[in-house]
Amino acid sequence: MDPIRDSAVAIAAAVNRGETRASAIAAAIIPHAARVDTHVDAYLQLTPDLMRAQAERVDARIAAGERLPLAGVPVAIKDNMCLEGTRTTAGSRILGNFVAPYTATAVQRLLDAGALPIGKTNLDEFAMGSSGENSAFKMTRNPYDLERVPGGSSAGSAAAVGAFAATISLGSDTGGSIREPAAFCNVVGFKPTYGRVSRYGLIAFASSLDQIGPFARSVEDAALVYDAIAGKDPLDATSLDLRSEPTATNLPRDLRGVRVGIVKEFDTAALGESIAGCYHRAYEDLAALGATLVDVSLPTARYGLATYYLIAPAECSSNLARFDGVRYGLRVDGADVGEMYERTRATGFGPEVKRRILIGTYALSSGYYDAYYVKAQKARTRIAEDFSRAFERCDVIASPAASSPAFGFNAKSDPVAMYLMDYYTIPGSLAGLPSLSVPCGAVVPDGGTRAMPMGLQLATPLFTERALLGYAHAYEQATLHAEKLDPVEALR
Amino acid sequence: MAPDRIDIRHVARLARLALSDSEIATFGPQLGKLLSFVDELNELDTAGVAATAQVVPSRNVQRADAVRPETILTHEAALANAPQAQSGYFRVPRILAEEG
Repeated sequence: MDPIRDSAVAIAAAVNRGETRASAIAAAIIPHAARVDTHVDAYLQLTPDLMRAQAERVDARIAAGERLPLAGVPVAIKDNMCLEGTRTTAGSRILGNFVAPYTATAVQRLLDAGALPIGKTNLDEFAMGSSGENSAFKMTRNPYDLERVPGGSSAGSAAAVGAFAATISLGSDTGGSIREPAAFCNVVGFKPTYGRVSRYGLIAFASSLDQIGPFARSVEDAALVYDAIAGKDPLDATSLDLRSEPTATNLPRDLRGVRVGIVKEFDTAALGESIAGCYHRAYEDLAALGATLVDVSLPTARYGLATYYLIAPAECSSNLARFDGVRYGLRVDGADVGEMYERTRATGFGPEVKRRILIGTYALSSGYYDAYYVKAQKARTRIAEDFSRAFERCDVIASPAASSPAFGFNAKSDPVAMYLMDYYTIPGSLAGLPSLSVPCGAVVPDGGTRAMPMGLQLATPLFTERALLGYAHAYEQATLHAEKLDPVEALR
Repeated sequence: MAPDRIDIRHVARLARLALSDSEIATFGPQLGKLLSFVDELNELDTAGVAATAQVVPSRNVQRADAVRPETILTHEAALANAPQAQSGYFRVPRILAEEG
């Protein structure tokens, strides 16, 4: 039993069988995570006291005869999710001292399932970014090359699991914020169908897109977490009231009879020879497992970024209006209440958040609403319709998860260049689809020395999480790419 | 240089965001570039297409008109994060100018 490297499935089984105790898992991983984090900076805070207290509760429940699906499994939580009594910042100065007065539903369900909260992880401010560099507090480093970004916005949640400083973690994905950092950090990152997981207690960015999902070092672990957090929550009216089958059982070993769609318009050759080669091998590996590769067309996918960068900022400008210095968070005084608002928000928000608030406010403002916001919502309809048509010809769509492997710090100073990182993830987000990134090999980036992990994105129709996780599991078990890479030496 | 497409001072006022001169100088061109980027949406024919606010089929979600004790914060908890509180209320700077 190795509490640092073992899977969530193995840890929970050992704790449930009484072979080890949750308290022993906590005692082993706390000092390891603290040491690793001096290099990676995945965490905004570690929560060792909470973790030990929860471990004692779990051990008591096991001793009383209960069996818990995540018994003793260390979980890291993106710091835009509330955990009662802990500082919850969303990576922003405006919430620098905010102490959550309640716990997010997804987090509570993990605790109820026996997981142990190890800490709150760093993120791009309010989950807006693709590198982690927009955090107001620190720069998280990629565990596979400390001079490169971990991806974003769920930077710390991806890096913590990739660095073996947590077994599993929760992230949130609005346009790719789980899948892109998962690809960069050699882990599985899974965004369920919009509405599958309650957003209660998740600090809102773009409410029609935000969705919580897991990071893990295997598809089976991701499925186990998903099973624990999915399902209707009376505290989130947009959570779906659909029975969801367990996904972590009887995962298939092959892809016989599965039609895998390859998107004609996604020109991987433009990504460079080594990256294109990596994805071609991945598609061939899917075929070798018995899948049939079929060409599908998503003619409107190329409008995804433009659509997203109107809808998401519009919703963000509305959601972030609540940060006004009155009830919680930072306040900077002014002569009257209006000046107080303006100064508080000027001091509390970083540049990317300000840009998105401005563009969103503009897109919603009188005279521009129809030309920008409504137009984008109509484009969204067409993108979703394209996916529906494509899924008449295939069961799952395979594509790159990101346009490149992890890049260096300060490499994308132009906001639009950064936005292009999410070219492949955003269309599926706009359509609400379940989608994940699974490790698919490694590529030495231009100017780099180390081979960096790559992620294959798989997406399936709405509500088909079980099928999606099954396909990903079959591919993962046949290729085992994640095991071929190790974090940098300092982390071992 | 093309004039900025956004009257950024006006938008910042709408967003209740005080911007420094250097932020205005930086954000103006950046947002102009982003708007040029999203202009490509004009190529896309959306005549007769319905707007999608939310992709998943759920509508008119209703709940029982019942108190949920677990969602109620105590007075102390509700005020615990307040920048300024007084006598059990949130305290804010004056809202109306004093009468002359």
